[in-house]
This record gives sequence, structure tokens and C-alpha cells, in this order.
Amino acid sequence: MSRSRLPVTALGLPLLLGGCAAIQLGVVNHAGPVAAAQWHLYLIVAVVLIFVAGPVLLLVPLIAWHYRRSNKGDAYRPDWGFSWPLEILVWVPPIGIVFGLSALLWNATHQLDPYRPLASVQRPLEVQVVALDWKWLFIYPDAGVATVNRLVIPVGRPVHLSLTSGTVMQSLLIPQLAGQIYAMAGMTTQLNLAASRPGVFRGENTQYNGRGFQDQKFDVIAADAAAYERWLARARINGRPLDGAALARITARSVQPAPQVFTRVPPGLFRSMIAASTQESPR
Amino acid sequence: MSAPLWPALLGRFAWHDLPFVRAWQNPTINELIGAGAGAVVVIGAIAVAVLLTTTGRWRWLWSEWLTSLDHKKIGIMYVAIAFVMLSRALVEANLMRLQQASAIEAPGIVAPEHFAELFSTHGSIMIFFMAMPFLTGVMNYLVPLQIGARDVAFPLLNAIGLWLTGAGAALMMISLVIGRFSTGGWSGYPPFTEIGFNPGVGPDYWIWAVTLGSIASTIAGINIAVTIYKMRCPGMRLMRMPMFCWTSLCTAILMIFAMPPLTVATALLALDRYLGFHFFTNALGGNMMNYANLFWMFGHPEVYIVILPAFGIYSEVVSTFSSKELYGYVSLVIATMAIAVLSFTVWLHHFFTMGQSPSINAAFGIATMTIGVPTGVKIYNWIWTMFRGEIRFTVPMLYSLAFMMTFVLGGLTGIILAFPPLDYVVHNTTFLVAHFHNMLIPGTLYGLIAAYTFWFPKAFGFRLDERWGRIAWACWVVGFYLAFMPLYVLGAAGLARRTQAVMEPAYRPWLYAAELGAVILFGGLLALMVQLWVSVRDRATNRVTAGDPWDGRALEWSTAAPPPDYNFAHRPHVEQRDAFYHDKRKHAPYARPQHYEPITMPKNSAVAPILGIAGAATGFGLVWYMWWLAILGLVIVVSTVIARSFARDTERVITAEAVARTEARWLATVAQARPVVRELETMPANQGLAEVHA
Repeated sequence: MSRSRLPVTALGLPLLLGGCAAIQLGVVNHAGPVAAAQWHLYLIVAVVLIFVAGPVLLLVPLIAWHYRRSNKGDAYRPDWGFSWPLEILVWVPPIGIVFGLSALLWNATHQLDPYRPLASVQRPLEVQVVALDWKWLFIYPDAGVATVNRLVIPVGRPVHLSLTSGTVMQSLLIPQLAGQIYAMAGMTTQLNLAASRPGVFRGENTQYNGRGFQDQKFDVIAADAAAYERWLARARINGRPLDGAALARITARSVQPAPQVFTRVPPGLFRSMIAASTQESPR
Repeated sequence: MSAPLWPALLGRFAWHDLPFVRAWQNPTINELIGAGAGAVVVIGAIAVAVLLTTTGRWRWLWSEWLTSLDHKKIGIMYVAIAFVMLSRALVEANLMRLQQASAIEAPGIVAPEHFAELFSTHGSIMIFFMAMPFLTGVMNYLVPLQIGARDVAFPLLNAIGLWLTGAGAALMMISLVIGRFSTGGWSGYPPFTEIGFNPGVGPDYWIWAVTLGSIASTIAGINIAVTIYKMRCPGMRLMRMPMFCWTSLCTAILMIFAMPPLTVATALLALDRYLGFHFFTNALGGNMMNYANLFWMFGHPEVYIVILPAFGIYSEVVSTFSSKELYGYVSLVIATMAIAVLSFTVWLHHFFTMGQSPSINAAFGIATMTIGVPTGVKIYNWIWTMFRGEIRFTVPMLYSLAFMMTFVLGGLTGIILAFPPLDYVVHNTTFLVAHFHNMLIPGTLYGLIAAYTFWFPKAFGFRLDERWGRIAWACWVVGFYLAFMPLYVLGAAGLARRTQAVMEPAYRPWLYAAELGAVILFGGLLALMVQLWVSVRDRATNRVTAGDPWDGRALEWSTAAPPPDYNFAHRPHVEQRDAFYHDKRKHAPYARPQHYEPITMPKNSAVAPILGIAGAATGFGLVWYMWWLAILGLVIVVSTVIARSFARDTERVITAEAVARTEARWLATVAQARPVVRELETMPANQGLAEVHA
């Protein structure tokens, strides 16, 4: 017995550990109020759904087996095909569950609307995000700083992202912090999020946009307020100026091997990039 | 004439567009895979041609099949297309899983853009050229037989639908050999598929293949709906129709209303790409959100187009193999209609993340959950159908049981995705991929394979091998769980769909499990092929010529296997549901009638093959800017349609004597056949005559 179990354990253990490690990259290991609320909602829905699926998962094998042809002890009613109590049972409770879930859904959708500012005493940090092929440009308009493929945010302070695309449609997702929102050329979408603990979280584009898609990841670094200010100060000093040449390099279709920091961001860059994306051009 | 001939003739084609040339110049694994796939298409086509020539079957193929307007043959040809395309798309799925499993912090074997072609062709084929032809074929075969008709309402239109589907499928296959396919996924979202971002031939292949397929499906929908409305035999009231006819009717209605938005969307995208319009471009007022809405106005009803026929199939299978009346017929009809109507009210849930107001998202989320109610009712109705039955665990029944257990899980994740805040987290990840495969594989594919197994004896006169059927079933079930349950986990862990290379080593065990599952699913396809081979080899012992191998319930089982051209020598009169089941128990269904009458059937026609080939040529010409070919194809299409409208001699008469001879042959077989009890129905003893007790 134990001998036959050994290989299963040997095979299963790394799988299990690996599996847990994978899960840690997602919303299960939430690091902010939005993702935490989403995970909480997920658990509520999952519990309700156990009651929805449970009867089917039990009844199908039980009934199929009990009423098998070789079982001569069971009832056989070939012409039975209707029963009011059963009809009520299959229509009414599901409708009730959907009513209940609808109320939950309505409230949750409004509460977790990505456009809804997070409740906080602190003023949200404004970040403007431009989706490019195959990288992300993050503009900190108040500080005049910009980064490529790295979003640094202060822990505990709400962050308000305004997104657009300088190219095709993309979708920004940081699973441990919040859900995703599309970024589209000529348009602005918004996403509110916050980090509740320091850490490095994976952000990505989830909407396929060409051959560099799989490399279009970025790190979100949540740092405490002091560390964030230090980073900002360093960025102002060490960052390269975001001039025309640098902008041309960024907007070209390419994969950025390492994050970059820029300073002296032209005012109104976000607006002008939205305008530029709707101008007629070679593409 | 100073313009060079070459570009005028070949458009934008260059030698580099051949995968063989690319592989010769740059023999990487990636290019060799591409060249190998192209070679399979070319060698396959040559092998078929050689086989037809050596066996002298060209004329037979042309006059018995390609030009036939017999709804049964057209149905079989649809299913044949579906199986060919299923094989290709399943190989592509395996290649994608192999790539992801081998590309964890490594480049893997397939280059990024090649990978993008794979997921684009896989999705486009599975939806437009596997699921659609398969279910259209099954509906084509069964609906007239089940409603006691001799043919569909528009036999020629039926053949044209088949040939346009074939033309689209042919473009998909040609794209393997000449040029490259789109990288924009099966949904082809602009602006990525606009000419500015994708100037190559790929999106054009997608546009024209899908356009041909969508026109074919619209035609099929019209044909099936009219057939059901107008061609039912005496006494076959709507509420007496077999459940499969009801789901076919709802599917046909959905096709009529849902396919045109797709045709419009691809046509507008074509205008953008060919004539410089700006419907969906970034610049000059284009708006890709319009495309998303148009596409999913088709795309969501499409989900139910591919699932409703399967629901009908499960209803027939569960009732037949439980030897029991279908529970809650009226309830099922209402549920089917409710699903059909609701399916038009939920399209926005495919893009909750596009930034619309929470009230809009919530409204569509609630509508989405509402569909769960009639769907749940259906599952319970099948459970109550089994309740107090005598269940035989044959292959179609096994698929039905696996479907019920697995589909429910997909329904659960569907409810999760219907919650906009939860969708934000897992949209565009492999969680979504797992969800829709969880609906489509147990829902549609299991249903279609169950239908194939269930009605194969009707169509060909012999049963499929039971043992290999069970092996195939086990592969499809085990393979499904292994291949797709890990994707739920990976999606929740943030793995974006359509990812060619993976940076997280933590994903490794799940990707390996998914890869193993994909291999097992491929084993399921191989088992189906072996099953077909074994069954054809042993056909002499598995004949069920009498026509009723499963103690069937609807009218299709009251005919010979295979049924004669004209289906029914006399049009049946129906007095209740499950007409043949009760007929067997109350009357003598195999009695020889007093006399026979001549029967008028449509003549063969070359119109459909001509339209199909010319349609494919038009598409190919448009893809490659070979304008002469596109114009020539269009001219042929238009002039053939006009010429056909002058044809008067389009019908043939089967004489009463010929009918009498055919019927006498069949009735003699019935008289010789020994009635078989249900325990022996999967044995050679089953000659297609059911033992019944009045």
C-alpha cells in the first residue's frame, strides 16, 4: 500500500508546491484593497455556486447508476414525462438564486467600478499610461517623470491611472492589485488601485498585439512613502530627458529589455499622444 | 502595354510566400514546422487525387456526391469537412501546448508570429469550419428525416451552403501553403488587423474565409427554418416534433439573425483594408469599439448556435438510451426558446473591460446569469429523463453523462465571468480559455461525436465499433480535464492567453499537465480514426440494414439504413410525439403498403460546385490582389446564378416500380432480421430490428 503510494507522492508533491507558487502570482495573493475585494467576492460567488452545481454533480451519477438497465430492482416508467413539483423545483430555485446573485452583482459592479476613486484621506497619485508596441509608458505628470515598463507607487496611497494607447488596443492587468482595463487609441480609460503592502508585482498586457506581446510585462514596485519620494528624487536627477529622439525610440515597435526612467517630460504629453494616435499616419 | 505582366498576374505573391522556400532559406524548426504543415496539405491533396484516379472514382465522386442535392449526402459531406478541419485544428492545439510547455524561460520551438497564426487558425477553424459544418451537417441529415420530409425546402441552396463552407475551409488550407494566416485571433479585432498594423495577406485570408463561412451559415439557417416551418409531414405539429428539431429551429433562427452582423463586420473591415475606409482605424474617426459590438452581436448568439443542436442531440440520446419519454418536453421547448432570445442580450460581456459605466456592465452581467436558468432546467430535464428509466451505457450515452458533469463546471466559471469585477481579473487570461473550452468541448464536441456515433448506423447501415468508441470517449474526457483544468489555475495566476513564451517557472507543472492533456485529446481523435477503420473493416458483421439499431423514437429510425433517396415511400402520418416508438408498439410499422406512387426529387446540379470553386477563387484573388481572378470568380458566380434561374428541367421522377423494388428489398431484410433485445444492441446480433413489447 505505502509502496504504491510513494511514486504518487513523489510526483504530486512538486506539482502541488509548483501549483501553489503559481497561484501566489494571482489575485489569491492580493496586495491591495481592490484585488482583496475582488477575491472576497470570488469566494462568496464560489460558495453560492457549490449549491448550484452540487445537486447536478450528485444526481447525474447516482440516477444514471441506479436506473441502469441491469438493475432489476428499480422502477421503470417509460411514459412518465412530467411532474409539476419537479417543474417548480427546476425553475423556481434557480430563478431565486439568480435574483440573489443579481443584487450581489449590481452592488459589486458599482463598488468595484474601475473608474470609482478609492476612499482615502490621501490625494490619489495621478499616473498616465500609454500602451505602446510592446511596452508601457507611465507618465507621472505632477513630477514630470516618466518610466517605461516600471510602475513605482507609494504603499497605502490610491493611484489613479488614465490609460490610452499609442497603437492597437491593449489591456493592462496587475493581478495582485486590481482587474484589467483596455487602453485604446484616441480614448482614455481609467483604473483606480492601491497597494496595501510593499512588494514587486507583475503587470502585463493581456490583449495580443503582435510579436512582442509575450515580453510586454512590467514590474509594479510598491514602496513606502519615504522610499517612493527617494525614488522620485533620484529619477529627477538620473533620468534621461524625454525629448523627441527618446520618444521616437519608445514609440517604435520594439521590445524594451530593461525598464527606463525619464525626466523633463513635456507637459501635456499624454494629451498630445492621444491626439497623435488619431492623426492619419502610415498606419 | 508597358505594365509588367508578372504583378498583374500574380498580384502581391512572391516566392518567399511559400513556406517551402522560407524553410529552404532558413531551416529553423519554426520554418520546418510551417513547411511540413504545407507539405501535408499538398501531399494529402495529391494522395486523394491519385487514389481517386487509380480506383476510377472521379465520375462516382462527381455524380454521386459533389453534385448531389440529397440532404443526407450534403449532411455527410459537411461532417466530412468538419472532421478534416478538426484534425488540423487539434494538431495546432497540440503544437501550441507543446510550445508553451517548452517555452518556460526559453524560446521554445515556434516563433511568436507563427504561434499567433496557430491560435488564429485554431480558433477560426474550430468555430467556423469544425463546429459549424459539423452541426449544420447533422441538422441537414436529420431534420427532414425527423419531420417526415423527403428533402429540405431549398435543396440547391443547401448544396450552395455546403460549397461555400468548403470554399472557406479551402482558403484556410491554402493559407498553409501560400502565404501566412492572420495573427489577429479568431475574433480579428481591429485596429490590429487593419492594413496599417498588418499589411500582409493574413487578415485578408481570415476576412474572406470567414465571410464565405458566414454567408454559408446564413443560407443554412434560412433553409433549415423554412424546412421545419413548411415541410412537416401530416400530423407533425410543432409541439410533436422531436427535441432535436426544436433546437435546430432555434439554431436556424439564431443563424439568420446572428450571422449577418459578422458578414457586415468583415465587410467593413475589408473596406478599411482594401479601399482606405476608416470604420475601425485609429485615425480619421474610426472606432474599433464598433467592431467589438458588431462582432459579439454575432459572437454571442454563435455560442448558442453551436450549443443548441448539441442540446437536441443529448435529448434524443438520453431519452433513447433510457428507454423513456423525454422529461418535461414543454419545459425544454420553453427553455430552448428562452436561451435563443436571451442570447441576443448579453454580447457586451465579452468586453466588460472596455470602460463602460458600471450600470451597463451590471445589466449585461445579470442578463448573462439569467441564461443559466433555462440551461440549468435543461440539465435537470435530462436527469429526470434518466429517472425511472432503463439506462444503457452505450458510447453516445457516455458522452451525454460526461457532458452533464463537465458542462456544469463550465457553467460555474461562466457565472464567475458574468460578474464584471471578477471578469476584470481573469478576462483575456487562460481562465477565459479554459471556460469556453469547458463549454465547447463537453457541450458541442461531445454532442457532435455522440451524434456521429448514434446516427452513423442510420447513415451507413452498420454500427461503429463499440470498444474503440469507448477508448475515444475516455481520451476525450480525461484529456479535457487534464488539458483545461490547469488553465483555470494559470489564468487565476495571471497567465495571459495567446502567450508564446512564459516567464514564470511557477507555471511549469500546470503547463506540463495541460500539454499531457492535449496529447490525450489527440489520442481521442486517433481512436476515432481507428474506430472508423475497424468499423468499415468489420461492416459485414455489424450491419443494421433494418434501420432501427437502438429502439429509436423519432421517424428517422422508421426507414432503412441507409435511407433511400426519397426517405419515405409514403409520407408518414404522425399522431403523437416519439411517433416511431409508439408505432412499433401499437401498429405494424413494417407492413407492406398496397401500392407505391412515383416520387419527384431534385436533379443533381453542378451549380453549387461551380459557385464554391468560383467563390474560393474570388477570395483567393482578393487576398493576393490578383484582381483578374477575383473579377473572373465574381463573374462566374453571378452568371451561374442567372443561368440557373432559366433552368426548367431540375427534377427527376423515381417511378413507382423503382420505389417498390427498393422498398421490397428493405422489407425483405426486415423480415429476415431477428428482433434484438437491448442487452445485445452493441453485438453483431443487432441487425437493426428492435424487440418490442406492446
